[in-house]
Formats: sequence, structure tokens, C-alpha cells
Amino acid sequence: MSEAALRERALQAAAQVVDPEIPVLSIVDLGVLREVRVEGETVRVAITPTYSGCPAMRMIELSLEAALRASGIGKFSIETVLSPAWTTDWLSEDGRRKLRDFGIAPPAGVASRRALFGTAAVACPRCGSADTERLSEFGSTACKALYRCRQCREPFDYFKCH
Amino acid sequence: MSAGALFRYTLALADDALILGHRLSEWIGHAPLLEEELALGNIALDLIGEARALYAYAGTLDGKGRDEDGLAYRRDADGFRNLLLVEQPNGDFALTIARQVLYSALMHPFWRALAGSRDETLAAIAAKAEKESAYHLRHAGEWLIRLGDGTEESHRRAQDAVDELWPYTGEMFATDAATEALVAEGIAVDVARLRPEWEKTVADLLARATLTRPADGWMQEGGRHGHHSEHLGHLLAEMQYLQRAYPGAVW
Repeated sequence: MSEAALRERALQAAAQVVDPEIPVLSIVDLGVLREVRVEGETVRVAITPTYSGCPAMRMIELSLEAALRASGIGKFSIETVLSPAWTTDWLSEDGRRKLRDFGIAPPAGVASRRALFGTAAVACPRCGSADTERLSEFGSTACKALYRCRQCREPFDYFKCH
Repeated sequence: MSAGALFRYTLALADDALILGHRLSEWIGHAPLLEEELALGNIALDLIGEARALYAYAGTLDGKGRDEDGLAYRRDADGFRNLLLVEQPNGDFALTIARQVLYSALMHPFWRALAGSRDETLAAIAAKAEKESAYHLRHAGEWLIRLGDGTEESHRRAQDAVDELWPYTGEMFATDAATEALVAEGIAVDVARLRPEWEKTVADLLARATLTRPADGWMQEGGRHGHHSEHLGHLLAEMQYLQRAYPGAVW
């Protein structure tokens, strides 16, 4: 197999790996997959952690390993790169749409321009209303906060800007 | 630059995060309300995650082949370099919140400064931790205001907590020759320069909480040199139990 074909196969396998806590998002949507390159017959994959305390990272690494094996790639290595640090700015547009459809409000604003004591407007992923309130900054996982919509009265998760 | 100095610097930061993270995890199952249980658990998770990244890096600097578990679970109390502040028992909810405010009010600007470190790994870990510490500071700060400006009893407890912990704040700004050398090389953060910002954050929060800033008196120190209060040994006995009883045990 040519290097290009091997890389393509590895990319397709990696795109199947999803976040175990947000199963609609692949590691490509999340920006967790940083690099796939081929050196001779070995595929080298680089991933980056999201939130420091995200317990899903180890799971993602195991799923990636399984996906690469399942696609018939025998020789590979998975390395974790820390720099540059992951940010929600890397979430793809497609990823944001999938989050909304799943009932999670995507990060509002840009991570590099957030204020310490400011509050960004978060639109309800169900009815689209901007009339929402924060119930708790810490939700079911490290990456989410808990909100409630004042219009449709539904509670929802908000993917924090990071 | 000496690898030993960078190892010890990284280790101290990791120890701070791990010990405080473990302390917060002790609230699981005991928090005053469900949302707070999630919040304290989340903050603990962030801190332990930061500690893991720092320990993993420290392990590569040390050259003794110790991984993050080796550093976290198989060192004795005198090998830990954390601040005395973070090992203090949780006390009541006000004490836990006051401890978090005092620590996070420094760590938020600290991580921001370290994100500009010439050490790429420390800078990357800091860039992540800076965002997380903003949440921690905001959360603890909002609680401090609510407790201080709440009922007579919550006010009294919040003031007692701040008074009790104040003597541990001096150590946060202490430095030594090895760290100063790292600062000169653009690797470490000059904490003394962060003091005005810390003072302002804490003073503003105390004022909004109708609490009184304690006077700076005699300050406790020793954590950075491995001299700890008796509390750390008890904490480690519980945290390290499994790896001590079954060395090398894996899931």
C-alpha cells in the first residue's frame, strides 16, 4: 500500500472514533486528532487532550487503537502532544451543528476573548431562545455547564468555552 | 539550567494540584447540595488532571523512570513540595471555599504567566490550566460573597475560615535561588510580581463579602521544603493506600 493510501485509511479509521461522553462528536470534529503521518510502514498518530481533568482521554486513546487495528493497520504509534493547547475554537462548524442537534449548546464566543466575570449569551439548543439562565458552571462532565431555557423551560448542557 | 531545578519546580506545582484535588474529592458524598457536589468534583478532576500532566513531565526530567503514579503514590510526606495551604483539612464548607479562593486567586494569574514560559511543555499545561482556574476562582469567589454577605452564622464562619487560613498565604509568594534562576531564564514565574493582582482579587472579594482582610502577621511555611503539617501524612495514608498495600497494582 502506498503511503498516501495508508494515511487515508488511518484517517478514515480515526474519524470513526467518538467522544464516549458526547458520542455525536468524532475526534476529528473535536480537534483532538492533531496529526496522522506515515513513516515507512508505520502510521504515527498524534492526539491532544481537551480539558485537564477529562476522564474520556484514556478511553479515546483505547478506541483509536482498536479502530486502527480493525482497519488492518498493523504498525502504528499514538502519541499525546500538549502544545499548542487544545481550545474549543478548534471545534468544527459541523461539530457545533452536531452538538446543537444532540441538545448541547456549543461554546459561545471565542476562547481567547473571554472575560473572567463576564457571561456570554448562550442560546437554547432546543428552541433557539437567547433567554437562558445558568444553573451551575459545573455539569455532568468536565466540559459542560448546566443551563435552563426561560422560554421552553427545558434544562440543557452547555459545552464550555475553553 | 539544571534539570534538577526544573524537576523540583514542576513537582511542587504538581503536588499543589494533586493535594488540593484530593482534598476536594473528600467532599464527594458530603457536599451541601447536588450542584455543589458536581462542582467540587469537577474542580477536583481539573486539579488532578493538571497534576497528572505535570507529574508525567516531571518524570521525564527526573531520569529515574518514575511515572505519574510513582510520583503521586510512592513518595512519603517529606518528599512532597506542596504549599501547607492546600493540605489543610476541608473543615466546614466556608473553609473549603476560602482555601479555594486564596489558592485560585494566585493560580489564575500564575497559569496565565506560565503560559508564556520558554519551556514549551509547562507553557502548554499552563494554557489549559489557566482557563480552568478562571472557573475555580469565579465559583469559589461567588460562594465567598454569598457566605460572607449571608446570614450571621455564614458570615461568622466565612470570617473564621479566612482568619484561620491567612497565615498560610505568605508561603505562596516565597521563592528560592533555584526558582529565581529559572525565572531569569524565562522558564518559571516570578510570583512576587503577581502579588498585587492577588491582593486586589482577594481584597475585592472580601469587600463584596463584607469580610475583613486579616492583618499580615507571622506566616507558616515549610511545605516547599518538605516540612508539612500532620495533616498531609493522614491524607497520603488514605490516598496512597492501594499502591502501598499492592505495589504496582493496575486496573
